[in-house]
Amino acid sequence: MLKLIFRRVALTLPTFVALMFVTFVAVRMVPGDPIEARTGERGIAPERLAALRHDLGLDQPVWKQFLDYAYGLLHGDFGVSIVTKTPVLHEFLILFPATLELALCALVFAIVLGIPAGVLAAVKRGSVLDHSVMTVALAGYSMPIFWWGLLLIMFVSEYLGLTPVSGRMDLINYYFEPVTGFMLIDSLLSGQEGAFGAAVAHLILPSIVLGTIPLAVIARMTRSSMLEVLGEDYVRTARAKGLSPLRVVGLHALRNALIPVVTVVGLQTGTLLAGAVLTETIFAWPGVGKWLIESISRRDYPALQGGIMLISAIVILVNLIVDMLYVAINPRIRHG
Amino acid sequence: MPVISTKAAIAAALLTAFAAAPAYAAKTLVYCSEGSPENFTPALNTTGTSFDAARPVYNQLVEFERGTTKVVPGLAESWTVSDDGKELTFKLRKGVKFHSGVNGFTPSRDFNADDVIFTFDRMWKPENPYHKVTGGAYDYFNDMGMPDLLASIDKVDDYTVKFVLKEPNAPMLANLAMDFATIHSKEYADFLLKKGTPEQFDQIPVGTGPFSFVNYQKDAVIRYKAFPAYFEGPAKIDNLVYAITPDPTARYAKLKKGECHVMIAPNPADIAGMKTDPAVNLLSQPGLNIAYWAFNVEKPPFDKKEVRQAFNMAIDKAAIIKDVYQGAGQGAINPIPPTIWSYNKDVKDYAYDPEKAKKMLADAGVKTPLDIDLWWMPVQRPYNPNAKRIAEMMQADLAKIGVNAKLVSYEWGEYRKRMQEGEHTTGQLGWTGDNGDPDNFFFLLGCPAARKGGQNLAKWCNKEFDDLITKARTISDLSERTKLYEQAQVIFKEEAPWFTIAHSVVYEPTRKEVVDYKVSPFGRHEFYGVELK
Repeated sequence: MLKLIFRRVALTLPTFVALMFVTFVAVRMVPGDPIEARTGERGIAPERLAALRHDLGLDQPVWKQFLDYAYGLLHGDFGVSIVTKTPVLHEFLILFPATLELALCALVFAIVLGIPAGVLAAVKRGSVLDHSVMTVALAGYSMPIFWWGLLLIMFVSEYLGLTPVSGRMDLINYYFEPVTGFMLIDSLLSGQEGAFGAAVAHLILPSIVLGTIPLAVIARMTRSSMLEVLGEDYVRTARAKGLSPLRVVGLHALRNALIPVVTVVGLQTGTLLAGAVLTETIFAWPGVGKWLIESISRRDYPALQGGIMLISAIVILVNLIVDMLYVAINPRIRHG
Repeated sequence: MPVISTKAAIAAALLTAFAAAPAYAAKTLVYCSEGSPENFTPALNTTGTSFDAARPVYNQLVEFERGTTKVVPGLAESWTVSDDGKELTFKLRKGVKFHSGVNGFTPSRDFNADDVIFTFDRMWKPENPYHKVTGGAYDYFNDMGMPDLLASIDKVDDYTVKFVLKEPNAPMLANLAMDFATIHSKEYADFLLKKGTPEQFDQIPVGTGPFSFVNYQKDAVIRYKAFPAYFEGPAKIDNLVYAITPDPTARYAKLKKGECHVMIAPNPADIAGMKTDPAVNLLSQPGLNIAYWAFNVEKPPFDKKEVRQAFNMAIDKAAIIKDVYQGAGQGAINPIPPTIWSYNKDVKDYAYDPEKAKKMLADAGVKTPLDIDLWWMPVQRPYNPNAKRIAEMMQADLAKIGVNAKLVSYEWGEYRKRMQEGEHTTGQLGWTGDNGDPDNFFFLLGCPAARKGGQNLAKWCNKEFDDLITKARTISDLSERTKLYEQAQVIFKEEAPWFTIAHSVVYEPTRKEVVDYKVSPFGRHEFYGVELK
């Protein structure tokens, strides 16, 4: 097991170096530069532009800028945002808890609904239930996020008045300083009456919106994987032995059917952690996705590079954990 | 025992967590803004979002009266201008307090001349210890030409400051009311320098303004509380909260639900619904801006006045206003918006008349089909919500008079640079006023700006026009200046270096319980004086 982990970690190193290089080059290939991007209609005098570029080190040859950047990274320095002048790592650490909190809630929503839905559809193959689940899953998968988010806001928040529209907390009635950055925890720590409930209420719609696509993918994957497993000999044997259908499906079939599902969950987690730009924008969720998109439009090279590197590291780590989970679920992989 | 007590503690925590009675309340006004500030020092910033975030905390020497472009006393209670127009002497207000207790800072003295000198030295003098802090790019200070205008800023005594100019400049007073001229505390700057954290000066603001800074969570929320010792009396609300909400539809939904009281920039499509919404007051004011289409007079056939006039007649402006602005714009006639003093109401626009335009082109010796390029800006602005759509409509109109317009665009920085270099034949751009002074618009058409790389995109240099606006800049008598600018507008319309497209109309929805909110012509958002019913 340790050898496997070591091998996997060693393999990620070249990935990182390649990623660092590609990110560095790609952000500089986008037309425009950070100083001109923030200049309005007035424009900027060439001498002033040159002076400001010099201050930011943008007048250096690109290879030198890259080496400086790589040197900084090796020392844990992700640079300083051109726009806000604060360290990139500091900005990321402020925003990431919001992304993580939302991603986890969306994932829980997707798994809790997706796996049972997929199992039911497989067991009742060809029934009305099966067709309904698959139709809803297809609809969920094809749903434009922006439209879905606004629809839920209009119906659930505005019309039914059940949830708040956006943000992470009721700003009129509560105020407490962030401690962990996770609103669910901070609201509990604040000890203010009703704050935790408000935090939960604010999480409902964004979690549904962000979890809809993973939910659809997980449900479909669980169904097809279950169908395959249900046809296997050992399931027939288990049935022949007179085991209850719940035991056959829940214990014998589901465990084996889960392997591809875990892969999908892992991939979806990676996507969710990279930040959900549209969901974050609609629900005014202060996460890393929106931050990265703004960094592109402002040509904030350090924020963009640092943000991509940090997110990639997290995605790679999640994939590593998923690989380890396979081994736990299916011992054959250990020997493969 | 410990197990039981832990369980009891969790149960108690959950009970209090889900109970509905809120703890924090008082009179809290929530403003749904659209983005995060870069920092809290206006001198370093260029965006309205950042200025809005710093404004509750600060004051300037002179200020714009809320909802107008009129310059009124701020931290200076009065001022005098010397006879030669080169000296502005400000008498400072006494007994003005800085916020206390923010970031561990307790001021030991009131505001005085040292704060004014420090504020301007930071932007102006490289030897100031704060000059390079937070990047040190003082865009507005430089763009408004302050380094070229200022000879010195002198402390006469603790409560008198004299600005000495190299030449008379009437708009200077209005410049000092702009956000970049926000006055900072020298004592706070020294305090942070001693602590070794000067960068906090721009992150955790301390000022003299009606609200003191409480907390900022990036991309989420900014909080302020009323400053009880504010020199004009405490604000009528207790807490001010900026809820950063980028999507306009979500902002409107929050406004409807009472999650915010005032919102910025509604969707044009929502305006009609807002007008009939019983919970909403839809305020509006013409924006201090203009969208225009410049003809490069250095390129034939636009060197001929008659051709430029013909192009003015060829475009159906009313259709553009209806289709692109959807009620949030009014057709422009002059190069300045009607809200600015000296606007000449007697100037008439060219009527839409493609037949006459065609004839004028023929009379001017222009052979059709004529090929031109038509540049459209790649960014959205309040004064021009969709430059590409406008360009397409113009293209269709021009085809009717035998002109083939090729649509051209570049990335924003490149676009602006190339147009300033004069590479275009015709192109769209616009302007948003900084200080409410007519000169802030007219300089765009002056001869110095017509140089290569300059901001006069028509590259039009008319001596008579330029003399008028140059003279108007140097005299301080308002009625005399008005006359000069009125004449300049007549020349502008006759010479037609631009097709004036539109001035936007700014809409600001507020909830009905918000009292005395005023829409600013500058697009500012100000909450001192605002009350909640």
